[in-house]
Amino acid sequence: MNRSILRLFSVVVLMFTLLVVWTSRWTVFSANALDHNRLNQLSFYASLKIQRGEILADNGAVLAKSVKTAGGSWKRVYPQGSLFAQAVGYYNPQETQIAGIEQFRNRALTGGQNQRSSLFGSFTATPAVGDSVYTTLDPKGQALARTLLAGRVGSVVAIVPQTGAVKVMYSNPTYNDNNLAAPCPANAAHVGCQFNLATQGGMPPGSTFKLVVTAAALNSGKLTPSSTFAGPSPLLIDGTPLHNDANVSYPAGTTLTTALTDSIDTIYAQVGLKVGAPTLQQYMKRFGFYSVPPMDYPASQMRPSGEFYNGSFVPITNPNMDVGRTSIGQGDLEVTPLQMAMVVATIANNGKLMEPRLASRVVNSDGETVQTIRPQEYDQVMRPQIAQEETQMMRHVVESGTGTLANLPGLNIVGKTGSASLGACVTGVRVNNVCPNGETYDDAWFVAFSQSDPKIAVAVELSDIPGGYGGTYAAPIAAEMIKTLLAEGQ
Amino acid sequence: MRARNWELISLVPAALLVSAGFAAVYIQRANQLETVSLIYGAIFLGLCLGAHIFIRITLPHADPFIFPLVAVLACYGLVMIYRIDGATEARVQAQWFVLGLLLFAATIVWFRDYRRLEHYRYLIMTGSVVLLLLPRVPGLGVYSGGAYLAIHLPGITFQPPEFAKVGVVIFLSSYLRDHRQALASGRRILGYRIPPLKHLGPLLALWGAAMLALVVIGDIGSSLMFYGALLAIVYVATDRISFVFFGVVAFGVGSWFLATHIPHIDARIQDWLHPFNPTLYTAPLGSYQLANAQFAMAAGGLFGQGFGQTLLYIPGTTNALIPFPSTDMVFSVITGDLGLFGAVGLLVTYLLFISRGFKAAMLARDSFSKLLAVGLSTVIAVQVFVIVGGVARVIPFTGVPLPFVAYGGSSILANFVLVALLLLISDRARQPQPAP
Repeated sequence: MNRSILRLFSVVVLMFTLLVVWTSRWTVFSANALDHNRLNQLSFYASLKIQRGEILADNGAVLAKSVKTAGGSWKRVYPQGSLFAQAVGYYNPQETQIAGIEQFRNRALTGGQNQRSSLFGSFTATPAVGDSVYTTLDPKGQALARTLLAGRVGSVVAIVPQTGAVKVMYSNPTYNDNNLAAPCPANAAHVGCQFNLATQGGMPPGSTFKLVVTAAALNSGKLTPSSTFAGPSPLLIDGTPLHNDANVSYPAGTTLTTALTDSIDTIYAQVGLKVGAPTLQQYMKRFGFYSVPPMDYPASQMRPSGEFYNGSFVPITNPNMDVGRTSIGQGDLEVTPLQMAMVVATIANNGKLMEPRLASRVVNSDGETVQTIRPQEYDQVMRPQIAQEETQMMRHVVESGTGTLANLPGLNIVGKTGSASLGACVTGVRVNNVCPNGETYDDAWFVAFSQSDPKIAVAVELSDIPGGYGGTYAAPIAAEMIKTLLAEGQ
Repeated sequence: MRARNWELISLVPAALLVSAGFAAVYIQRANQLETVSLIYGAIFLGLCLGAHIFIRITLPHADPFIFPLVAVLACYGLVMIYRIDGATEARVQAQWFVLGLLLFAATIVWFRDYRRLEHYRYLIMTGSVVLLLLPRVPGLGVYSGGAYLAIHLPGITFQPPEFAKVGVVIFLSSYLRDHRQALASGRRILGYRIPPLKHLGPLLALWGAAMLALVVIGDIGSSLMFYGALLAIVYVATDRISFVFFGVVAFGVGSWFLATHIPHIDARIQDWLHPFNPTLYTAPLGSYQLANAQFAMAAGGLFGQGFGQTLLYIPGTTNALIPFPSTDMVFSVITGDLGLFGAVGLLVTYLLFISRGFKAAMLARDSFSKLLAVGLSTVIAVQVFVIVGGVARVIPFTGVPLPFVAYGGSSILANFVLVALLLLISDRARQPQPAP
């Protein structure tokens, strides 16, 4: 009998070996996969115990903070609500929702840099506190943008050209990040409740795109500000007649400066064709087109700008592209207000594009700065003197051209209008190039800065202004933004 | 050194474990636990010492490691339960240990000559079957998770299979002691010896009973336990591997039939195979607890997250993340808190305990004692395999208590009777041979 007992015992040993093998499998060999299983909520629950750091405006105003709930975990509160919702985003662990700066700076906000783990975690566990993030956002500018948009669908982006610091990023429609479950505004339902028009909107830039074409023409040496053209209307472009505004024809000998000042479409279509698609493509890329903007913001909430054809971005060199119409900011061009702010900031900064950024520094719970987010150059798009030539041309736009409403005394504002007239929505209000029922709309743009004090570059976009000119609707907003932000900086 | 002194020294690890464990949990939860809660640990240590003195007097020759190993397992359980529910369950569990040890002492006194049990074997068997069927009595049984596992009396919930397993092993040992020769003989058919039907009959009846337990009670875990003990005892009694082979095939066929015909068994198998299927995860009685037990084990890693760190409830709510943390899922909480290190420590302790039981069987001088010791040890081994294997997804999950560790009175009482019997067998086996 003892022989069978021994054999039986070996079976028991085998059974226990199986138990040890399987336990090792879950605790060690497959632990990583289990930790990242999408049903596994443990890391989220663990983060609930952390007092997430604050998100602050440039002047220290609190944009997001954590307050303790009755249950002992932490709840996120946004004192400024819809004013900063698009930039700050939201964090709602119960619904696994996270976006904006909350998402991009999650590691810092949860104190990810200084977390320790030890065998004796249970004995040393102190309440974890995350770091706070100072943003570059300016509450006064943000509030002014909201006031000036006055409820209309549109977007205002203001950047410090020399550093890339984003001072203002406000769009309508906005949402309340304290209450994500609130019903969508009617005009946002078709793009999503938490849509950020400034970074996710794809609109034709209209004539503001002529700044890109001009930079390419001058910096490549193909043209100068005094190069001359004739501007007949209509002009056959890509087989279809193109008309100037009010069907006005311009005589031969019209300079490039005049063409920009009066925003002459038939001349700029010729300029674009003369510069050529490959050169245009090269300069668009230098300005940041065809890439997700290099901003410290979740890539999932930004889109590139460029020719958008059949559901994807294609280079302007693609044979299906109408280079002439693209040069006046129409054709298949779709851009974000952030991209146009980057374009005008580049010109304001002597041709050097700085990466836009929303955060300036990370501060720990003791108030010590643990990380400084330094300005980062993206590209020297054009030579400084070319940028100055182009600035001079833009000054004419505001002095005597399409943008005179922005000509505030003493500021020497330079800018460019854009009016993408594609017809208004029949019903409802358009967001992101789409009317609720799928028709197109009108689009008013103005991009500008102050020549005498180029410390703020602004892009303003207004959607769905039937027959709206950028010079009429967007230019006053841009000028007011520049005036206020510059006054504040002094 | 004398056996009893070994036993005293071997109680040191248990004492250290319970002291360190209670201290660790108390330090961490000082704001939630009263100082008096530390007494449960002290009570337990006192009980262990008392039991040791009792064994020293009554069973001087018994195996010196069986009781200390049980003490270590019980400490493990008590510390974990203190950590899971320090306010209520730890106190109740400590009380059950008091009763368990009293029953332990009573068993040793009453059945000093445990071979008397043979006289009552049919009574014991009948009693066990009645116990097993009690949960089906309307108004008495508790239905949970598709099975009738417990009966509810005023004030307590009682799990009959825990006592029935001891009864069934006593019956089988006694029955097979008488019939083992007959079973091993018999006519040869196709190269196999087929035992006479009158001896085989009761075994077939037991196979049927195990299957019936599955159907009537829906308790796969317990029937696996009984069946494992049956096969082990038959194998040791007859030394015929073919019985085991046929037994496994018969059980396999029966289980396959039941799995395809009883919905809740099939559901258990689906949960086992696909715990991370979102549909099964959210289904009632789905894979939610199994999946979260896995996540807890993964979080435990090699050395664990530390006492009390495994999340049992969804923060800010009273919704369980790991349902039944002190009973069904206690192994996942142990692994989450103490890691692979702690889990293997526990399994090795079980294995050592079982090996001492087998050792007692080897040393025993009569067949009944050998079979009884093998049966009792195997039943513990199978029980650990069924519950730990279920939690660790070696096999489909079925809820049986983790012996000496899981929260629950009937399990503690029955297992202390089991330990008492093992010690009685061991004491008799190791007595010096009387001079011829």
